[in-house]
Amino acid sequence: MSSNDNNNREYWKANLSLLAKLLTLWFIVSFGFGIIMVDWLDQFSLFGFKLGFWFAQQGAIYVFVALIFIYAWRMKALDRQFGVGDDEDQA
Amino acid sequence: MSTQMLTYLFVGLSFALYIGIAIWSRASTTKDFYVAGGGVHPMVNGMATAADWMSAASFISMAGIISFIGRDGSVYLLGWTGGYVLLALLLAPYLRKFGRFTVPDFIGERYYSGAARIVAVVCLIFVSFTYVAGQMRGVGIVFSRFLEVDVSTGVIIGMAVVFMYAVLGGMKGITYTQVAQYCVLIFAYMVPAVFISIMITDNPIPQLGFGSEVNDGSGLSVLQKLDAVLLDLGFSAYTEGSKSTIDVFAITAALMFGTAGLPHVLVRFFTVPKVSDARLSAGYALAFIAILYTTAPAVASFARLNLVDTVHNTPYEQAPEWFGNWENTGLIAWQDKNDDGIMQYGAGVALSPAKPAFTEQTGTHGQRLLENKPTAVANELYIDRDIMVLANPEIAGLPGWVIALVAAGGVAAALSTAAGLLLVISSSISHDLLKKTLLPKITEKQELLYARLAAAVAVCIAGLFGIYPPAFVAQVVAFAFGLAAASLFPALLLGIFSKRANKEGAISGMLVGLIFTFTYIVYFKFAAPELNTAEFWLWGISPEGIGTIGMILNFVIAITVSRLTSKPPQSVLELVDNIRIPSGAKAATHH
Repeated sequence: MSSNDNNNREYWKANLSLLAKLLTLWFIVSFGFGIIMVDWLDQFSLFGFKLGFWFAQQGAIYVFVALIFIYAWRMKALDRQFGVGDDEDQA
Repeated sequence: MSTQMLTYLFVGLSFALYIGIAIWSRASTTKDFYVAGGGVHPMVNGMATAADWMSAASFISMAGIISFIGRDGSVYLLGWTGGYVLLALLLAPYLRKFGRFTVPDFIGERYYSGAARIVAVVCLIFVSFTYVAGQMRGVGIVFSRFLEVDVSTGVIIGMAVVFMYAVLGGMKGITYTQVAQYCVLIFAYMVPAVFISIMITDNPIPQLGFGSEVNDGSGLSVLQKLDAVLLDLGFSAYTEGSKSTIDVFAITAALMFGTAGLPHVLVRFFTVPKVSDARLSAGYALAFIAILYTTAPAVASFARLNLVDTVHNTPYEQAPEWFGNWENTGLIAWQDKNDDGIMQYGAGVALSPAKPAFTEQTGTHGQRLLENKPTAVANELYIDRDIMVLANPEIAGLPGWVIALVAAGGVAAALSTAAGLLLVISSSISHDLLKKTLLPKITEKQELLYARLAAAVAVCIAGLFGIYPPAFVAQVVAFAFGLAAASLFPALLLGIFSKRANKEGAISGMLVGLIFTFTYIVYFKFAAPELNTAEFWLWGISPEGIGTIGMILNFVIAITVSRLTSKPPQSVLELVDNIRIPSGAKAATHH
């Protein structure tokens, strides 16, 4: 096995572990806070909203946007670290 | 200038802009036509994706639906935004690295099979056509109310405009037109939302406004007041759900995974220069979408409160002007059950059958009389959900130019989505069906001609759907997501993340997912609609949510069958290794 293959395998592992973390957050804010725990969270209040209702109709969406930008930023760093980035490619 | 004139002016100017862009960005190669040359800036692509994504359903119907079902409406908000996280993290960068023209292209190459490609084309055409019919209908509604032309004339004008820029410009024309359309539609959505938020709560930011106190001195927040008012009228509270948790879960999941599997959205990520651009572009797309999607629930609650305040216990003769305008279009109806001349609004269906059928006469108060029989409930009003966004500026008494702007925005939302859908239909026919399957010998020039022809034919079929809508169109659009989730999403995901997934697994998985979901929907919606209640559903999951089960079935079958049959060939394993790393991605190329 060449070192190149090994490098790419490590890159893929790092990618998968980042995906697992971000998708866990994705699940918690939408299916967790917005659906499964919504009634329990509704006893708390935020900016005049019931908390569960706020997550279901506002909060989860803000978290989604943040998750994608965090992913793009972390992956860019991983691309550089493993030397598999696309910076030199022609646009 | 009258509102009517302003509307003609705004819609006319926006059309001139779209056609101007189409002429400026004419496509000259198949690469231009399919993927806009592959050099679109990620933020531009994000904006175009947002316009592509936000259809007449998002612009016109979504806030209206949420307005009437309250917290249960969260399924649309979560489902139609959460899918972008899956798209950005699991599919878009890898499909961009793969770097071809269409979604069936990926399935065909990855599963080394013409049959898999054709199955993907069938899924794509089914999903896209059900979707596009609804868009043309949206154009028709806007035209008939605001420009007072016939629905058919409206559809034909809309078709002509889409024809101009989709057939001439292909993806290139569509991309730059969609950027313009995004600006028109988001401005048109936000202006009335901000005005209404100030009117009700003094807070100019709608996202905060619907949690703020109502400025009527009651000391209640918008949502608290809405809960109290609705309970008083016999509805359930706005911030409480009535669907079961498992059904909400399944519907949300079907919409999310369906979003990630929609071909007309995926293909937009083929247009950016690099893999890292595709990731970033998905983030921009969702940010642009979130502006509308976080405003919609605010608009929904303001509109409901406004509606109850304005119509309940108001004598018909003192009803505001907009009430009569929308009564004329047949989207509002009033039946004076207790003969007091006053409109009573409350829970329950007012008419039997539920949709109003007008006689030609008017009653003693000037209202349009109905053929429908009254029902036993006290509610006297029929209000179509679709009017909530369109009528909102009038309900709030905003100036004529805001109303004209909303009309232009509604048309922009419908046209931009229709164009994106027509493009994936035509490219899957000219590229996947003709070039890659039936007529492999055609030159690039011929392929481009076929692509234009296919786009032209698709525009005409879509227009016919708009003029003669099959009765089931509105219902079917929501199911497009379940079908996309159950058929395309698993094949795409496994194609990237599993090296073991092979042709036998992918084809059997797609077919089982598609057929299971399709049968379940047809059975409960069309074959035996009288059984369409929770007690007969599989595990209490409605036809809207069944795509989630279809998707799980697809995954299980694809993985099991792949394990029992032979490994994919070495060249495919190398392809998978290649798409997993970003370096070496050129702009989408022709093979």
